Amino acid sequence: MKGFAWGGLMSRYPALFALVLLVIALSINLILQPNMFASDTLNSNMRVFLPIILLTVGQAIVMLGGGIDISVGGIVSIVNTILATRVGLEGSAEAMWQYVAISLLVGALAGAINGFFISYLRLQPIITTYATSFLYAGFALFILPNPGGGIPAAIAQFYRTTIPIGIPLAFYVIAVVVMLWVYLRSTRYGGFLYAVGGNAEAAYKTAVPVSRVIFSTYVISGLMAAFSGIAITMLSGSGNADIGSAMTLNSITGVVIGGTAFSGGVGGVVGPIMGAITLGIIQNIISFAGITTWWETLAKASIIVVALAIPGIVNLFRRRE
Amino acid sequence: MKRFAISPPVAALVLSVVLFLLSGLLPNGYGSDVNVAISQATNILRLSVFLGVIAAGQTLVIISGFEGIDLSAGSIVTMTAILTYVYVSGENDKVLVALLISLVVGAVIGFFNGVGITFLKISPFVMTLGMSGVVTGAIIVINHGNVSGKVAPIMTRLIARPVAPHIPIPSALVIWLIFGLLMWLLLERTTFGKNLFAIGTNRVTAKLSGVNVIGMNLATYSLAGALAGFGGFLLVGNTGVVLISLGQPYLFPSIAAVAVGGTLLSGGKGSYWGTMAGAILLTLITSLLTTMQMPDSVRRMVLGATLLVLISIYGRQKTLRQ
Repeated sequence: MKGFAWGGLMSRYPALFALVLLVIALSINLILQPNMFASDTLNSNMRVFLPIILLTVGQAIVMLGGGIDISVGGIVSIVNTILATRVGLEGSAEAMWQYVAISLLVGALAGAINGFFISYLRLQPIITTYATSFLYAGFALFILPNPGGGIPAAIAQFYRTTIPIGIPLAFYVIAVVVMLWVYLRSTRYGGFLYAVGGNAEAAYKTAVPVSRVIFSTYVISGLMAAFSGIAITMLSGSGNADIGSAMTLNSITGVVIGGTAFSGGVGGVVGPIMGAITLGIIQNIISFAGITTWWETLAKASIIVVALAIPGIVNLFRRRE
Repeated sequence: MKRFAISPPVAALVLSVVLFLLSGLLPNGYGSDVNVAISQATNILRLSVFLGVIAAGQTLVIISGFEGIDLSAGSIVTMTAILTYVYVSGENDKVLVALLISLVVGAVIGFFNGVGITFLKISPFVMTLGMSGVVTGAIIVINHGNVSGKVAPIMTRLIARPVAPHIPIPSALVIWLIFGLLMWLLLERTTFGKNLFAIGTNRVTAKLSGVNVIGMNLATYSLAGALAGFGGFLLVGNTGVVLISLGQPYLFPSIAAVAVGGTLLSGGKGSYWGTMAGAILLTLITSLLTTMQMPDSVRRMVLGATLLVLISIYGRQKTLRQ
């Protein structure tokens, strides 16, 4: 059913639609906030977007493999509470790096638990990661029952204000992630990932290690969630066991706006990165447009639904012609 | 490839009974007092009604397959609960109209879901997720922070109280049994039901054998919306108050209840009896954890682990080798 021109264009360049959306959103934002490309303003936006971008990248890889990960927000919360309670406001930089490493291990482990149940026990991804999201969010709350704790101010400051040669830190991180993705895609593993997401059964018959590939996507997602948790902890500088709960759905929306198919096998990581940025900019636009608080949620949700509906509407008209 | 002889609905029910009996051994359980035990059991059954009704629409869309799911159910519940609360404002003769409003509003929202999924080819998860946001936004606009209203006495009488003063059976339970019977008739004895399982198993073969797949899809999502709307109407009758997050806590449990009840999340196979059993089991586990006075963190972890164990037992998909 993808034979139409727009459909063909979309499947060949899944990120195209995301790029169009991003440009539209950027233009509107630029009108409302003329100084948005000044490096300070850009940095203050990008440092807020980065945690959700990292989370979206992990989600995109899981969804490329045909799954979904609802537990990512819980993993972000665990990492945040670990850093905030173990490092502390008075902690040393060494302690911070030590617990950053531990956080990454914890994230990978949480992802491995998801992956084990989904790929080896063959459970449904949506309900499995829903169950583990309780497990992880509960664990975060167990570590830090009340908001508090924190990381050394110097480290938070480093994250917030580093702008090497006028370009915000977040762009360097994104560049590294994109380069890693481009490399990954060129390897045999990259091919396997698309094969599994496209048609797991056919992939299995052509000797693709389906279970191992699916398992790996959740480990990657857990790792990215840990990176996201580290970033958001450095952004907020404090601990809150509920910090990740609202991020899960944003990461899924980001992936879908980014043109990566929900059913797997189509898309990439660049589109979802643009999707996540677009989501952040929509939030920006709404706060700058002077919409009263009561209408904010409705406005944001409607914009997202319309954005999701546009490709379908275009397709509908193409078919009529 | 049936590894377990007992079906998931029966397993969920047996597990509920066993868990309930074991809960008597807890320090603050009912102990050896039969009366307390019975009243606790009826109360848990009464609370299951609301999850059970909200999960009914979820059962339908999940059976309809094609990654069917309704993430807008929670916000529809809140929406119709608030509408009922505001419209009825304590008057008995407005209740029937309020019920109608709830069903229609739910159906309209569900219909929009159906349109997005069927014609715009948006995946159900994303479409209903987006719709959930829109409905929540609309609730905030309508609500404007506070609502004035009141539940009618007859709703409290019919939903929150026992059938009669001397018969300790909750009326809500009776409503649920009738509702369950209607759901069974719908799924097993009507063309709609037959077609629903057909499109859930395989859309292409269903279409080739003359099923109107587009119409079925629209009807299923509209009906699911209407049922969630009914859930909101019932829920406000029980709580007597509304809040902006009234329905959302029922959303994922409604999906879990369907899964625990043995309905395949990939569609084409399932029953409402299973969902009812799932709703009872989930409500029982949640209230046991509350009775045991565990901190919120431990409660969430136990709930997550229990769910994981339950679906590991009978939620497994077929292996690739088959």
